[in-house]
Amino acid sequence: MHLFPDSRTGAVLNSDVFAPWDDPQAKPLIQFQNVTKRFGDFTAIDTLSLDIFEREFFALLGPSGCGKTTMMRMLAGFETPTEGHILLGGQDIDPIPPNKRAVNMMFQSYALFPHLSIWENIAFGLRRDKMPKPDLEARVEEMLRLTRLEQFARRKPHQISGGQRQRVALARSLAKAPKLLLLDEPLGALDKKLRQDTQFELMDIQEKTGTTFVIVTHDQEEAMTVASRVAVMDQGKLMQVATPDKIYETPNSVYVADFIGDVNIIQGRATANGGETFQIDWAEGQAPLTATSASGISTGQTCHLAIRPEKVAISAERPADAINAVQGKVLDIAYLGNLSTYHVELPNGTIIKAQTANTRRISRRSFTWEDPVWLSWTATAAVLLAD
Amino acid sequence: MNRLSWFNAVSLTLGFAFLYIPMIILIIFSFNESKLVTVWAGFSTKWYGELLQNEAFLDAAWVTVRVAVFSSTLATILGTAAAYVLVRGGRFFGRTLFSGMIYAPLVMPEVITGLSLLLLFIGIGLDRGILTIVLAHTTFSMCFVSVVVSSRLVTFDRSLEEAALDLGCSAAQAFRLVTLPIIAPAVISGWLLAFTLSLDDLVIASFTSGPSATTLPIKIFSAVRLGVSPEINALSTLMIAVVTVGVITASLVTKRAMMRQKQDEMAAARAE
Repeated sequence: MHLFPDSRTGAVLNSDVFAPWDDPQAKPLIQFQNVTKRFGDFTAIDTLSLDIFEREFFALLGPSGCGKTTMMRMLAGFETPTEGHILLGGQDIDPIPPNKRAVNMMFQSYALFPHLSIWENIAFGLRRDKMPKPDLEARVEEMLRLTRLEQFARRKPHQISGGQRQRVALARSLAKAPKLLLLDEPLGALDKKLRQDTQFELMDIQEKTGTTFVIVTHDQEEAMTVASRVAVMDQGKLMQVATPDKIYETPNSVYVADFIGDVNIIQGRATANGGETFQIDWAEGQAPLTATSASGISTGQTCHLAIRPEKVAISAERPADAINAVQGKVLDIAYLGNLSTYHVELPNGTIIKAQTANTRRISRRSFTWEDPVWLSWTATAAVLLAD
Repeated sequence: MNRLSWFNAVSLTLGFAFLYIPMIILIIFSFNESKLVTVWAGFSTKWYGELLQNEAFLDAAWVTVRVAVFSSTLATILGTAAAYVLVRGGRFFGRTLFSGMIYAPLVMPEVITGLSLLLLFIGIGLDRGILTIVLAHTTFSMCFVSVVVSSRLVTFDRSLEEAALDLGCSAAQAFRLVTLPIIAPAVISGWLLAFTLSLDDLVIASFTSGPSATTLPIKIFSAVRLGVSPEINALSTLMIAVVTVGVITASLVTKRAMMRQKQDEMAAARAE
């Protein structure tokens, strides 16, 4: 082990954060190499390449039909790529059937065996490996402890609640200590409160076991919470692969900006203004907006300005030092308890959302419907995206 | 409880009378003292006693049971395999043709099935006896099994099999350890259906049976042609009793299993 530093220690030496994807020395655990998957005429995955590293909690995020489930099923071995290869630990796994792969999957429906007890469900995979009885019993007990299911061991799946079934499914898929665990919409069937608790539990278990997790989800909040990196997919292609904060703060396309969280998109024409600053003409009779961008945008190019609602300030007077300020009137107020989102209509009909934290009681709210207000944001608040 | 309107009460009475009066008459006359079937001469169980002395009937009953057990078991194995391939096999060449063809014997007139089997057995020089009846019954009852099992397989959650594969099972192990135990109720009811079909088949059996083996329905039919004896009534009453007990037991077992499952699920919901 000393001679071959693995990806994790390599990354840790360079910096204190876990980021093997930034380390050119790191060896990925999973490599998709120009993978294409077609079902008849339909292309589910389109020449896609992706590296996933050991100990990562990797999220595949996208709307239904974007190909994320196909990616997962190819990793599990239920589908094989039409073109290209998938490597696990450097080995081409395409010809290996699902039962011979060091990969386990947690199914969306949990797929617990209804005729077996919780204990037998967890022991199922270990029995197939002919694990000696004392080891098997110890391993099942360990899994029951890890998922806090000890008292339900003798019950059948239909005798426990949905949240408990979810934990049984997790315990069963982790029992064989796979190199890679696949989770297909693992929390989809749980209600919101339970889902949030379970997300932290999942992260905790991932850290404890050191297993690489790949999760498929359409819930962006879930992906952002649990994942070390998120891949946003659309129509069989990867739109962006980055850490959750980068996906949110610096989306690389209008699609990603719009898919993750709430965003205001303003279309305009850019003019370079020295350095990384640009002027954006966006509407007749309105002062140009100022934004910065490190990526090359040429003068005269059509571009989109993406601004998160929470980065837009709302005030009664024009803020004296505001770089970007527009006036409008309050069209609608969405009260979410901790936050309020104001929908402000500008004179040309554009609607901009501004979000504020409700630090005061609602009776003291400053603005109401039809109030004229000013919206303002800084030059760095918006992301400038080429068309 | 709502009271029945007179229209509903009449419909119910007529319907049930239509269904059960013939059987009730048969049962009553099986306890008739007289040898004349249609003349009541007092209560007696002597025909049941005589039935037990009748070697020919007992032999036929034993043949019938053996044929039913063997043919329904064989039909269950073949029918389940066929259903599994047709539901799970994916798209292969001729799948639609095969799935249509497996149901053809359901609508085929029994006379034709019997005749074609008879021609086959003569053609290959197979002596008619228990073996030929078993083969013939397997042929016509396996499609019933396959219908019952495939309707269960269609609603079977495919991810259960995938989970078994994912956890290290070969395809055969996944079938034996996961699929089969879960579809077992459908397989068992397929077996029961095949068993019943074999028990009361007259047409196909009469084509394929030989002098060495006669089934009970053939025996009864040929005995009745010489005149109905109270002994036949007694035999039929016994058959009705066996079927009734079987049906009631089966429905009680299913009902109790369903009630237990419902209670478990309610308990689980409360625990949540």
